[in-house]
Amino acid sequence: MADTAVKEKEPMFPFGKKERQLLSDPLNDNNPITVQVLGICSALAVTSLVYPSLVMSVAVVFVTAFSSLFTSLLRNYIPKQVRMIVQLVIIATLVTVVELMLKYLNYPVYKQLSVYIGLIITNCIVMGRLEAFSMANKPWRSFLDGIGNGLGYGIILVMVGIIRELFGKGSLFAGSPIELKIIGPTAEYMINTTESAMFGWYANNNLMVLPAAAMFIIGIMIWIQRSYNTKLVDVS
Amino acid sequence: MHSTRYIIGFILILTASVAIGLTSLREATKEQAARNEDIFNKRAILSAVEGYLGDGVASVSDLSDEQVIAMFSKMEQPVLDMEGNTIEGIRAEEIDMAKERKKPEAERRLPLYIYEEGGEKFYILSVRGNGLWDEIWGNIALKSDLNTIAGAAFDHKGETPGLGAEIKDNPSFARQFKDRQINKEGEYVSVMVRKGGARDKQHEVDGISGATVTCDGVTEMIYRGINYYQPYLAGKR
Repeated sequence: MADTAVKEKEPMFPFGKKERQLLSDPLNDNNPITVQVLGICSALAVTSLVYPSLVMSVAVVFVTAFSSLFTSLLRNYIPKQVRMIVQLVIIATLVTVVELMLKYLNYPVYKQLSVYIGLIITNCIVMGRLEAFSMANKPWRSFLDGIGNGLGYGIILVMVGIIRELFGKGSLFAGSPIELKIIGPTAEYMINTTESAMFGWYANNNLMVLPAAAMFIIGIMIWIQRSYNTKLVDVS
Repeated sequence: MHSTRYIIGFILILTASVAIGLTSLREATKEQAARNEDIFNKRAILSAVEGYLGDGVASVSDLSDEQVIAMFSKMEQPVLDMEGNTIEGIRAEEIDMAKERKKPEAERRLPLYIYEEGGEKFYILSVRGNGLWDEIWGNIALKSDLNTIAGAAFDHKGETPGLGAEIKDNPSFARQFKDRQINKEGEYVSVMVRKGGARDKQHEVDGISGATVTCDGVTEMIYRGINYYQPYLAGKR
């Protein structure tokens, strides 16, 4: 993945085949969760509902993108002996920025997500990309690589979140302003939601709200992905 | 390879600039963040009397920030000691329940919010206890007979989303407490969260399946929390 930078003269923000690949590769062929199996901890923890998964994804995209950018800008000055500490400082700073801004802009969402936001620091994807890519590539490409990997992480998170919330709670986007009740009984249990009593016989599956469900879902996703993407089978 | 001096210099400059950057960001946002937090907490207290917020106000989110602050500034807010006496010179909103809970029981101070709407008085009590993973807390509003619950609202630090976290996320859980009674034939029994469904419709509410520990925590928290206020409540009755 980590190709050396092209030497010829190029515009400041080129957007060719290589750059497109930086964005699209992590979505499928080199997905941080299903292929590299990184960031599993938070993928299990936050995905019981769609809305926190979505906010978490946005926060991770922000952190991966900008930590990649800053690391890449500093890459020729960072002493190799302490590079990991420097990377951690950069990541922790950005996570703190996210936390402070959430507190400032939307306190209820901050309250809902505060635990998860801190979890970004422990997310291996962020540091993995800094080590594997940003330390050896130019800022613009590192930035794109960061966005790509953040999105690759986020897309899986949201997919898992949709499955878990739909079958575990019968709703989608619970906790956000557009909470929807999709399946299952519409007892007074869900009195505040927009009701649509499809499959009223459906009883919520409590396994789905537990982290173990995410483990199964991600496992099945990896299975499905590998069965149609033959490139991956040879890699391992 | 870089020299040791370079490394130390680099780290010093990096950490110093990060520290300055973050500190200034924090300072710039501090005031608004504190205001946000204050309003968030006040809304949480008011949500215990949801349904009694006055004409045309169906939920706390319909109130503007300014309205919330105004309601609290005219509210009677005594602070009680464990014997039920009022402590002078302090208002309930200045009490941090998390800190009070760390003190020995006899030294704790209890915040009480006396909310008035349409000529009726509501006594909002603050309770705090343990859930499965971390602390849970809530506000319970009693009607002026000091027996019937007018409403309740709960929050938590880290209960499992979809299970224990439902005490906050699912509005119908807290709504069950409305019109429940804390006294049975003059004796304090509190309100119990019953696994498998309430049997006594006056003193029990339905539990949440899959969240037994959190629900037991709520039962315990309410029993103990309201009990702290008993000396005061007894004096009032």
